[in-house]
Amino acid sequence: MKQAIELNVNGEPHAALVDTRETLLDALRYKLGHMGPKEGCGNGNCGACTVVLNGAVVNACLVFAVEAAGADVTTVEGVAAEGNLHPVQQAFIEHGALQCGFCTPGFIMSAKALLERNPSPSEPEIRLAISGNLCRCTGYDKIVRAIQTASRSLSQTA
Amino acid sequence: MSNKEKEGLSVDAFEYAAPQNLQDAVALLSEARGEARPLAGGTDLIAQMKENRRSPALVVDVKKIPELNVLSYGAGLHIGAAVSCTQIAEFEPVRVHYPALAEACALIGSYQIQNRAALGGNFCNAAPSADAVPPAVSYGATLVIAGPNGRREIPSEDFFVGPGQTVLEKGEVLVEIVLPPPPPHSGAAYLRFIPREEMDIAVAGVGSFVQLSSDARTCEQACIVLAAVAPTPVRAKEAEAFLTGKSLDDTTIAQAGELASQAASPISDVRGSAAYRIELVKVLTRRTLGTALERARGEAS
Repeated sequence: MKQAIELNVNGEPHAALVDTRETLLDALRYKLGHMGPKEGCGNGNCGACTVVLNGAVVNACLVFAVEAAGADVTTVEGVAAEGNLHPVQQAFIEHGALQCGFCTPGFIMSAKALLERNPSPSEPEIRLAISGNLCRCTGYDKIVRAIQTASRSLSQTA
Repeated sequence: MSNKEKEGLSVDAFEYAAPQNLQDAVALLSEARGEARPLAGGTDLIAQMKENRRSPALVVDVKKIPELNVLSYGAGLHIGAAVSCTQIAEFEPVRVHYPALAEACALIGSYQIQNRAALGGNFCNAAPSADAVPPAVSYGATLVIAGPNGRREIPSEDFFVGPGQTVLEKGEVLVEIVLPPPPPHSGAAYLRFIPREEMDIAVAGVGSFVQLSSDARTCEQACIVLAAVAPTPVRAKEAEAFLTGKSLDDTTIAQAGELASQAASPISDVRGSAAYRIELVKVLTRRTLGTALERARGEAS
């Protein structure tokens, strides 16, 4: 069963004809061309599919695309502004906070959301905020340090 | 079509509706041929559909229904069944007056999950390990249910039939969870045990509520609800009766823990053995009673 939906992705209006069975993640990747969010586990454990849906981070693999009709969605592709990387992205590069990169879009979205609600998080707060994102390459130390660096650089520019 | 898309569509075909009001939702659920499921946050239902553990022919998204989005505190706390765990945990009256519920809502999964998962879903999914259920039951929650024959209200503890099974009849939908105003000199706490810090399912959980006499010397009422140690959340009624009229101290609290463990009928599984869960109930009952007592005396937030 197909339904037509309209939604905003990274500020741009989009329309798609989706099967009710399609997840928001599938629609973003295969209908709307946003390949940043990834499917790892497909059941809400790994966070590789993390996007912002109407202002809140969610697992796009656990949202049906039809539920997102009329929604505002931000993917990792919408995080850099006018070609300038977001401080969280810059800090991940500086710290080498990734190896294969599969989990990185999800971590960026969770870290950015954390710093928006809590600009100076403690290390336990950072680790809690990324508890829904799994990295199987590096461990989490460089990721945590990158988020701490991004917190400092955001507070200097604010 | 990519392989991934084919994989995504391994979910059985279903019809999707997102009614704007309760009457339409009840009509859709009542008239459905085959299984029909309400969809709130979807963090359980969609995962189960992907695993082919549930294959509803009709999914009724209830997130657009105003009554299911209510979150208000006045004569008690009203939580619409579709309100997310994050909204509940961040709602100031919940943090102040029902801290055990706020804490439980902030324990479920990750931020991504809490932003989506609804308290109504935690009830309707009816997992024995549901973290938000014991505190809601211990605070004396009532469930408001709408169906083809009108509305009914039931005590929250009577909602569960077995794992994944509730008293909801065909066409019925959970509308809201209503918690009475907390009585004076009362306090509650919820704790679960998991072998890591986050993102796990309770091996055992206990929610405790106590109401003290006005001189704070004796327990007038206690409610102790156990999670993940029986086919449904269960009240430890012998322990509750034992505490009533007693002074709460280390000795009586320890005895209540022993009695509470007798209400548990756990299984042994990958998360823990039955014997281990029995021990956990004793410990978690003692700890939650201790915190509930401090809160009732105004010693802790």
